Amino acid sequence: MNWDWEKLRENQQKFEKKKEGGGPGMPRPPQMDELLNKFKGFKFPGGFLVIIVLVALFFGSSTFFTIKLDEVGVIQRFGKFNRIAQPGLSFKLPSGVEKVTKVKIKRIYKEEFGFQTVQGSSNYRVQTGGPSQETSLMLTGDLNVAVVPWIVQYRISNPRDYLFEVKDVRAILRDMSEASMRTVVGDRSINEVISKREEIALAAKEMLQKEMNQAKSGINIVTIEMKKTNVPEPVQNSFNEVNQATQEKEQTIYKAREEYNKAVPLARGEAKRVIKDAEGYAIDRINRAQGDAAKFSAVYNAYAKAKDVTRKRLYLESMLEIFPNLGAKYIIDSDQKNLLPFLNMGGSDSMLNPQNRFLKKSE
Amino acid sequence: MNSITRIISLAVIAIGIVLTYNSAYIVDETEQVVVTQFGRVIGEPVTKPGLNFKLPFFQQANYFPNNLLTWDGDPGQVPTKDKTYIWVDTFARWKIVDPIKYFQTVNNEFAALERLDDIIDPAMRNLVTSYPLVESVRNTDRPMDTFESVSGESKKRVHQYTIKLGRDEITKQIIKQASPKLSPFGIELVDVKIKRINYIESVRRAVYDRMIAERNQIAEKYRAEGKGEASNIRGEKEKELQVIKSQAYKDSQKIKGEADATATQIYADAYGVDPEFYAFLKTMDVYKKTMKKDSTLILSTDSDFMKYFKGME
Repeated sequence: MNWDWEKLRENQQKFEKKKEGGGPGMPRPPQMDELLNKFKGFKFPGGFLVIIVLVALFFGSSTFFTIKLDEVGVIQRFGKFNRIAQPGLSFKLPSGVEKVTKVKIKRIYKEEFGFQTVQGSSNYRVQTGGPSQETSLMLTGDLNVAVVPWIVQYRISNPRDYLFEVKDVRAILRDMSEASMRTVVGDRSINEVISKREEIALAAKEMLQKEMNQAKSGINIVTIEMKKTNVPEPVQNSFNEVNQATQEKEQTIYKAREEYNKAVPLARGEAKRVIKDAEGYAIDRINRAQGDAAKFSAVYNAYAKAKDVTRKRLYLESMLEIFPNLGAKYIIDSDQKNLLPFLNMGGSDSMLNPQNRFLKKSE
Repeated sequence: MNSITRIISLAVIAIGIVLTYNSAYIVDETEQVVVTQFGRVIGEPVTKPGLNFKLPFFQQANYFPNNLLTWDGDPGQVPTKDKTYIWVDTFARWKIVDPIKYFQTVNNEFAALERLDDIIDPAMRNLVTSYPLVESVRNTDRPMDTFESVSGESKKRVHQYTIKLGRDEITKQIIKQASPKLSPFGIELVDVKIKRINYIESVRRAVYDRMIAERNQIAEKYRAEGKGEASNIRGEKEKELQVIKSQAYKDSQKIKGEADATATQIYADAYGVDPEFYAFLKTMDVYKKTMKKDSTLILSTDSDFMKYFKGME
């Protein structure tokens, strides 16, 4: 940029005549002797005025400040708390008298315990080794060791307390958070630590909030979030084995139930079949009996009308039916007493008894 | 106005400014001040924040923090009463309540922390050593779900984990022991907390082994329970089958028997009218059924059937 020296000087002289002194805001060329000459030429009250203006400007610039939307300004006058400035443009007495400290009260801060989030490309990795491992190792109430990583999210709820009551709020939060979590875990068994994370997080949050209130830290615990609780690596296998055994137990029981379910309903069906069978037998038996009885009754009724004839007829009809089917037939005179030489029995094992005139039952 | 008076007035103003500046001091919300004159304490300590004045140059303002301060102990190896070696890490919060005493005895925070080290550490060791480990670990006697295997053993173990004092009480006693020793320094111990308790490395390995053994035993218990229950179910099945079968047999026999009885009754009622005729009919039936081709018949002429055979008489 080229300076138009002539023009500038002209302007300057005009201004000096008008104001009797060098005002600020005038661009000056860096020419020392000229400057010195000018100061020499100043009258005292004029020079004093310049100083006052400069000082006023210095203080003036420190009388306003902006507070962003997510913060408030805590204003102290001579070190003493005076007021809280809300978001927007605010004014205060110049620095030296009033001091403003901005506190982000809307922002949620996060502290991690027992692991470290490594900001990678997109997702994070949880580190379990190193010093953070020490943080997460805890003794449980049944004197076992558990690995408990967690996150505390908090907000500054009272900027005044936050600034003035505790020297190092973050340190106290970290210490208290560990102490509270260990107290909570110390009262629970390893099983509860692994399975009831929600409950532990709630209890720890409550305890931590109480401690932070007691310390007047001005901190509000938003949430405690438990990461995956576990047992230390060397023990993990045996814990898995318990899970596996539980599964095995269930499986064995289910298998036995299956066998039961396979056999018992079948047997029930079979039993019903046996009973139905018996019922069938019963009906068959009774029907037959009734049939036989009916037949007999019918025959008898007819027979009763002419007993002798019917009897003879029945007898002869039977004989007529039987005789053609028979094999050898012998007729013996009633006077013949000995029939042995006469009849060859052909090796038949049947006994011949003259008393029984009808013989031989087929076998 | 001549130049001399001007210079003098200027000097007076300048001196005035310097004196005012030197005699005024600001006390922040987080601070308290002890004013001293050549090393001697003058007046009461200033604990209220704001603008204050003192004599310039002769007097000096000594600032001390007025807020809650933290002491973080070095973790140390401590044996408990049941001879388990553990690492204990404690921290405490403290306050300067008597800045004059504090100024006279320790003067700065670094020295104060050293005093705290010297006093809290032994107190903590004393208490942790005089109680079993579980007292420092547990806080209350809250019942735990420990899924123990054998019922007899579980009672013993539950007993093993019950406590008389608890962590809170132990830390309270640490405060009680340490506090009187700290008051000469103008320090108030607000609280002491156990941050961490962990087994030392060698103990930890033994504990892991114990945990593994414990789990294995629980796993075995589950397996055995499973098998036992399965056997039980199988037994139940066998029993059920026997019950069903025998019940069915019983019922069917009963049904058959009743049917037989009814049939018998029916036969008896029908045939009872003329048993002789029944015998005759049945005999005829028997003949029909039994006389076959391979039967040999010998008839005597005496028989009814043959009585006409011999001729007319």
